[in-house]
Amino acid sequence: MKRCLAAVAAVTLLTLAGCATDTPVATPSSTESAPAGAGTGEQSKFFDQTDYDNELALLDATATGPADKPWEQALNPTLVDTTKFKKAGPYKICFSNAALNNPWRQVGYKTMQAEVAAQGDRIKEFVHVEAEGKDQKQIADINDLLGKDCDALIVSPNTTATLTPAVEAACQTGLPVIVFDRGVDTDCPVTFINPIGGYGFGHVGAEFVSQRMKPGGKLLALRILPGVDVLETRWSAAKVAFDKAGVDVVGVEFTDGDPAKTKKIVDDYLQRYGTIDGVWMDAGAVAVAAVEAFQDAGKPVPPINGEDQLDFLKVWKEAGLTAIAPTYPTYQWRTPIIAALRILDGQQVSSPWKLPQPTITQENLDSYLDADMPPLHYAMCGCTDLPGYPQRWK
Amino acid sequence: MTTQTVSRRLAPLRRWNSGGILPILAVLVVLLVLVAARQPDFLSPPSLMSFLGRSAPIILLAAGQYFVIVSGEFDLSVGSLVTAQVVVAARLIDSDPSRTWPVVLVLLAGGALVGLVNGLITTRLRVPSFVTTLGMFLILVGAVYLWSDGAPKGGLTDQFRQLGRRAVEDVPVFGRLPYALLVLLVLAVAAVLLMRSDFGRTLVAVGDNPRTAQLSGVRVWRTRTIAFVLSGLAAAVAAILIGGYGGVSFQAGAGLEFGAITAVVLGGVALGGGRGSVVGAMLGALTLELLFALMNFYGVSGALRPSVQGAIILLAVAVSARRFSSR
Amino acid sequence: MSALPLSPARRPVPGVFVALGLTLAIGWLVVAIDGGQLFNQSTTVSLLHVAAGLGFVAVGQTLVILGGSLDLSVAYVVSLSTLVAAETMNGSNAALLPAIGLTLLVSAGIGLFNGLLVTTGQINPFIATLGVGLLLKGYLDSRYDGPAGSTAPALVQTLGYQRVGPVPLSFLLLLAVAGACWFLLSRTRFGHHLIAVGGDPEVARLSGVRNDRVRVTAHVLCSLCAGLAGIYLASRLGSGAPRVGTEGLYDLESIAAVVIGGTALAGGRGGVVGTVGGVLLLAGIDAIFNQLAVDAFAKQVVRGVIIIAAVAVYARRALRKADR
Repeated sequence: MKRCLAAVAAVTLLTLAGCATDTPVATPSSTESAPAGAGTGEQSKFFDQTDYDNELALLDATATGPADKPWEQALNPTLVDTTKFKKAGPYKICFSNAALNNPWRQVGYKTMQAEVAAQGDRIKEFVHVEAEGKDQKQIADINDLLGKDCDALIVSPNTTATLTPAVEAACQTGLPVIVFDRGVDTDCPVTFINPIGGYGFGHVGAEFVSQRMKPGGKLLALRILPGVDVLETRWSAAKVAFDKAGVDVVGVEFTDGDPAKTKKIVDDYLQRYGTIDGVWMDAGAVAVAAVEAFQDAGKPVPPINGEDQLDFLKVWKEAGLTAIAPTYPTYQWRTPIIAALRILDGQQVSSPWKLPQPTITQENLDSYLDADMPPLHYAMCGCTDLPGYPQRWK
Repeated sequence: MTTQTVSRRLAPLRRWNSGGILPILAVLVVLLVLVAARQPDFLSPPSLMSFLGRSAPIILLAAGQYFVIVSGEFDLSVGSLVTAQVVVAARLIDSDPSRTWPVVLVLLAGGALVGLVNGLITTRLRVPSFVTTLGMFLILVGAVYLWSDGAPKGGLTDQFRQLGRRAVEDVPVFGRLPYALLVLLVLAVAAVLLMRSDFGRTLVAVGDNPRTAQLSGVRVWRTRTIAFVLSGLAAAVAAILIGGYGGVSFQAGAGLEFGAITAVVLGGVALGGGRGSVVGAMLGALTLELLFALMNFYGVSGALRPSVQGAIILLAVAVSARRFSSR
Repeated sequence: MSALPLSPARRPVPGVFVALGLTLAIGWLVVAIDGGQLFNQSTTVSLLHVAAGLGFVAVGQTLVILGGSLDLSVAYVVSLSTLVAAETMNGSNAALLPAIGLTLLVSAGIGLFNGLLVTTGQINPFIATLGVGLLLKGYLDSRYDGPAGSTAPALVQTLGYQRVGPVPLSFLLLLAVAGACWFLLSRTRFGHHLIAVGGDPEVARLSGVRNDRVRVTAHVLCSLCAGLAGIYLASRLGSGAPRVGTEGLYDLESIAAVVIGGTALAGGRGGVVGTVGGVLLLAGIDAIFNQLAVDAFAKQVVRGVIIIAAVAVYARRALRKADR
């Protein structure tokens, strides 16, 4: 009996390990890599060709608005009338925030608070409710805010599809609603503010890495989590770029944003393939860990992309990497406050309000490096002119 | 309701308990064969040493968790403790090399203190350790976010990081010996010696039957509290190694408590206490780490990975359960 | 039968309701001083909605914990259920009942699997349900890259958003489910057996209880409750969401609510009434912190302290009772 079960166990182990190599999972939405040479597998069901084309076109568009204030600029603006929301100040502005659980949102929120402080004479009260990354709580939060006599409601949704009904309900009360970062599946908010978006982000990094690495080389894609819409769009755009460039994507792994896990994954891939010729990441959180894995293994760091976090920019400069940092700028957290005040003034605003999404390259790297700020600060915060800089962000 | 019954209830079926490390050795060998088949150079000394070095933190955590589990309790707070320690270390050191060693001492003291608090609440206030350490988990995560304002600050020095990241290079035969591996070896020997001492026997006796232990003059609460302190210390050392290996991050310790408990159970240690060896627990952790490496080598899809991991854990535990109930 | 412990119904009102009353009173005062209103309509509705989601899961968790087991897979069952429900409905009211049936069937199946692993498989429930959770996580991660499906409008309009005065329909459903579980525990043979098994499996076995069958049933009921939570969340969110369960921390929070409600983690003592109190207490703290706009991290610390303190108080009481 004992022996029999042990044999069954061993066979099952072998089968589990075995089948996972040969058969890519046959699901329409699978995002994992197929065996070498077969491209990157099927496209995500969330991939939207029109959005993709639009975002790529926006990357080359010229912004209108003050040149030194990208958070007030708009790409291809479509102005909408807001006179029906005109109201005398000072105002009470309410904000339903998806979460504060990562450095990007922390830097963004501090920037927003500073913007509120800067507009202090026009805002009598700023109410912030955080949903801790829970859709269910954010729906309740929005409902709760509706009973608080807010003059304007800002929403940064936790998930696009699931927050749509709650945002619709908010619109129906006649309150001006401003959505930013992630969108909702409805046109009812006065405006939706965000930078170009995930396709743009993913494309810029993937195009750079695939151009700089040797043709037909091996690429490792490091992703944070599956199932997060903004990250899925980044990956689906990267897939398009890699398939077009004929890059051999040898692995798509999830790091959970954990540097130690990242280093182990890169280590094992280095051992398995000898060399890795390029690394693409859907977010910069563990970019430094990936670079370190190459350094610790005594291998040259291949072309890589990160994000605008200062620890990565610092390593990039010090180690002389071949790198690029597409950004999803945190200065977008300033814009909703500016938009809310314009709307309450009855001024026209752009809807959607597409913000430029700058890329940090070798040429402009130095202008974003700031040794005095913490390692996980985001360089693209557009916050240097705000009250409390730099202490508020330290 | 006393704490010992709690852990006992969480292990309602004790028949499969065993102190033997044979099953885990068998699983380990199977995994090694699978790795060797795919990636023969993994077994070359330098690469094997690097693997052991990077696995050191989770092995230490498993050893720490073993002390608590064999005494009949649980420690769910170790993952958050590791995160807290790494973030605290970065902020206290603030990239100033002269602060490295004092901060290392602070971390060890902090780990021991958290363990002490866990132990005292569990034993003196009679709160089940599952609840104590779950509460501690929430408190530590919340506190460290509050204290650091939601984003880690400061930085770790190279001196701090070398323990987890560097190795003694050009060693004959082995190629390289990571410092983390040396730390692990020293502490693993210490753990084995500890379990062979009077204290070790007392610890197992307390987990096996607290009442009998009490009647034979053992101060159960003190023994268990020491177990928690040992777990806290192990978490502190793990934090130093993980911080060194990976750098500062809020994700540094995420999920490690479940990893450590899984490793301990894989190693043939009974939840509920009284059965199993510290070597088994450490081998369990090594097996888990090898499993992750195996999945990297075989290219198991990133997203599907948890399923494979879950299946293998269930299978391994079920097989060892079967093994001991059928005799 | 007389050897079995007293049913929870005959125990006095759990202390959690005292704590709940105090918390809400103090919260109301502090919020009022801050210039706010804790009990206006919208806040109350929000509070009860948050409570409903966690409540279903926690009531189910109470059953397994009473029986001396534990379920760490509930968060994934919740996520999976939202998807099964929303994808089967696919926006059509006609598919409402089949979808609900299928969702409950799937979740019951997972519960059965959990139960069999724990009983026949003799795997410790902690590891067994953790492992099943991982299996489900892998399935969800590889199969979904975001929300999918669409909940039937009829369900959204009723279970999702309908309310009677300030009380959402979903909360009434939770009360009904909790009431049914209370009845099950205090008035049926299964309930007595479950508590006996959790109290002392050996004694229960000797007095003729089929321990395994009772435990498996508890696991099935627990997963069914998680499935119900999934259906409710699908009606709230309008679609299935592969991460909603884990983001909601339904595994650990449900266990927290259960122990705050006075159910012993060891099994054999406690009940669903206390659990509902525990859920309301956690939701109440949420609401108060929301009103005061305090950092969620501070709330986390407070939650941790409350969980430990509550259980310490229960332990003390139990000790005093034992001394008498």
